[in-house]
Amino acid sequence: MVVQALRDQGVDVVFGYPGGAVLPIYDEVFQQNDIRHVLVRHEQGAVHAAEGYARSTGKPGVVLVTSGPGATNAVTGITDALMDSIPLVVLSGQVPTFMIGTDAFQEADTVGITRACTKHNWLVKDTANLSGTIHEAFHVATTGRPGPVLIDIPKDVQFASATYTSPQKAKTSHYQPTVKGDMDAIKELVEAIEKAKKPIIYTGGGVINSGPAASLLLRELVDSSGFPVTSTLMGLGAYPGTGKNWLGMLGMHGLYEANMAMHDCDLMINIGARFDDRITGLVSAFSPNSKKAHIDIDPSSVNKVIRVDIPIIGDVGHVLEDILKIWKSRGRKTDKEALQSWWSKIEEWKKIDCLSFKQTGPVIKPQYALHRLEELTRDHDRYICTEVGQHQMWAAQYLTFDDPNRWMTSGGLGTMGYGLPASVGVQMAHPEALVINVAGEASWLMNMQEMGTAVQFRLPVKQFILNNERLGMVRQWQELLHGERYSQSWSEALPDFVKLAEAFGCKGIKVDNPDDLDEAIMEMLAYDGPVILDCLVEKHENCFPMIPSGEPHNKMLLGEATTKDAIGKSGAVLV
Amino acid sequence: MSALKIKKGSTKHSAYNLRSDFSDVTETHTLAVLVDNEAGVLARVIGLFSGRGYNIDSLTVAEVDHTGHTSRITIVTTGTPQVIEQIKAQLGRIVPVHEVHDLTVEGASVERELALLKVAGLGDKRVEALRLADIFRANVVDSTLESFIFEITGTSEKIEAFAELMGPLGLVEVARTGVAALSRGQ
Ligand SMILES: Cc1ncc(C[n+]2csc(CCOP(=O)(O)OP(=O)(O)O)c2C)c(N)n1
Ligand SMILES: [Mg+2]
Repeated sequence: MVVQALRDQGVDVVFGYPGGAVLPIYDEVFQQNDIRHVLVRHEQGAVHAAEGYARSTGKPGVVLVTSGPGATNAVTGITDALMDSIPLVVLSGQVPTFMIGTDAFQEADTVGITRACTKHNWLVKDTANLSGTIHEAFHVATTGRPGPVLIDIPKDVQFASATYTSPQKAKTSHYQPTVKGDMDAIKELVEAIEKAKKPIIYTGGGVINSGPAASLLLRELVDSSGFPVTSTLMGLGAYPGTGKNWLGMLGMHGLYEANMAMHDCDLMINIGARFDDRITGLVSAFSPNSKKAHIDIDPSSVNKVIRVDIPIIGDVGHVLEDILKIWKSRGRKTDKEALQSWWSKIEEWKKIDCLSFKQTGPVIKPQYALHRLEELTRDHDRYICTEVGQHQMWAAQYLTFDDPNRWMTSGGLGTMGYGLPASVGVQMAHPEALVINVAGEASWLMNMQEMGTAVQFRLPVKQFILNNERLGMVRQWQELLHGERYSQSWSEALPDFVKLAEAFGCKGIKVDNPDDLDEAIMEMLAYDGPVILDCLVEKHENCFPMIPSGEPHNKMLLGEATTKDAIGKSGAVLV
Repeated sequence: MSALKIKKGSTKHSAYNLRSDFSDVTETHTLAVLVDNEAGVLARVIGLFSGRGYNIDSLTVAEVDHTGHTSRITIVTTGTPQVIEQIKAQLGRIVPVHEVHDLTVEGASVERELALLKVAGLGDKRVEALRLADIFRANVVDSTLESFIFEITGTSEKIEAFAELMGPLGLVEVARTGVAALSRGQ
């Protein structure tokens, strides 16, 4: 019954781990060949793998875990998916209905525990409702703002039989969020677009979630209006990183020009982003003189943090289509003259060249490592995952994303240990593609057991570890904000990653010299199978630019990339 | 928001801020939330309030449509206008929630609460308690030689006022139902 329902929902891969309370479902899995099951090494890995699968395909990821510890191990991944709006359907086993509430072996109140970290969850008490609930779960996970859902299935409910309900026959859900935006608000935005002198488009993960059509419409709007565009971490790739209007990522570790343009603009068009605190910095000083429009499918995202002037609730794709239609019908007007001087101001900010770095000496700079990775993999059919830390921010800064669904990272929750399992999920979905996990050594260790999964399923994922032997991001904060007291931010007693790779049955490469870097990367790419590349990098490198949290954009630290004069100038700009 | 032509008080698009700006003044609002009467729905609503740090002044819930299995939750909450709008939007995105109405801004509404008060006393105090109960139109629903239980229905303010007067007259215990509310007219 469960497998039938999954098949009818178009599922081809399930990430899971068996146990007593899901044995009947595993028995079903055993007796069929349509759905592949990926046996992970830890349930958290299953959820992140499903996230990677979902993020890189636009389809929901499916997870199967047992009761009690199986379900609790999945909680971090489920929370991660909730924060980043990733559609997942998690099936968990539960003790039989007649034992619920007795503290039975491996009983946990899974529905209670996951209530706060799922978009919705169900405990199915009657087999007659099982298939219908699964169909409803797929609907809820993928409709409106996507997110993870969980179905808890007691073992007796798995064993019992009932008539199967097909998706077509399932009762239609009352959950039908609005996708069309309010036309009056859209007209108001078009008028603002026509009049704007210093506009900026600020995009987020919502553009990716809306589907590839939304990215195409965004490109059309940006290119035909000539407006500059920036994006959150989650939205990278919606507008091409090589596109001419691209300002780079904004926010805490965003580019100088992107943050300055956000601060100085007179019209901000937020498309599918949520004014996260990593973006706004100090809210009271955030873009003080702009008219703000916000397109979002989730009404609770609007006016939550930043009060906006033109709220448009609807699906990004639908709303962009209407914006373009109306704007074109009114003659595609923009204030070209004003735009030109706005761009010349932006060009000045760009001259600061906030990402410049110098590779000197015998130690590899992490920025240089990513720069070389970019050069050597640019022409591949490439998907990038990351862990969490400095390496993640450098990856966002130094790698280029020209298409949506190519960038898998834990944004909202910032979950160390996300990247390796996510790369497993991505590679399952795209067996021929080049899948690289840009990792920090500390994060990578958090879910390193999934290397076994990669080897077992012959997934040639490339683990590109920027090894600074530090919890680098923590170390950076301690240096800048805690008087250089480096409390517990060392990665001591690290394993020998090459030997570790060999122990897992894959290839290990170590590189510690800039001159050998290209060769090491080429070797990694050439190897037909999973690789761990241990790239030893500068241990004390800081990630800049940086807006210290709780500070406004004019407190941006530029690090070595700038001179005293430039800081003075930027301060003056902000007055 | 005038350009959006949203009727003042409309909550269909609850994210639209209907006030001129984000003021710091806290307001008390009565919300009516229609939900599927399924397991856990109350926990979701309460979890939302505790998880996001919103206040619940009063909460009542009961099934109101047995065939449709829908319940009505009436919540009285306080917060700044921005917080109230957030609460409504957050409630609106809970999957089994069908409708969220802000009775405080959607025009006139009627609010009632029922309370039982046990008052113990002898002599003059006992007589005075009865006299005041009469003025407040509270009914005596139980009586012993040393105590009464009064039943009183009305706005929360009326119940507050009555309970305050009963204090010195020997108020022992109070049980309140919380607010039930309906909008007036159609
Ligand atoms: C599960 C989890 N625990 C703790 C943190 C806090 N944290 C953020 S970055 C970081 C250090 C990461 O170190 P590493 O993976 O080596 O990356 P680096 O910053 O050195 O590039 C820590 C501990 C987190 N984000 N996630
Ligand atoms: Mg590190």
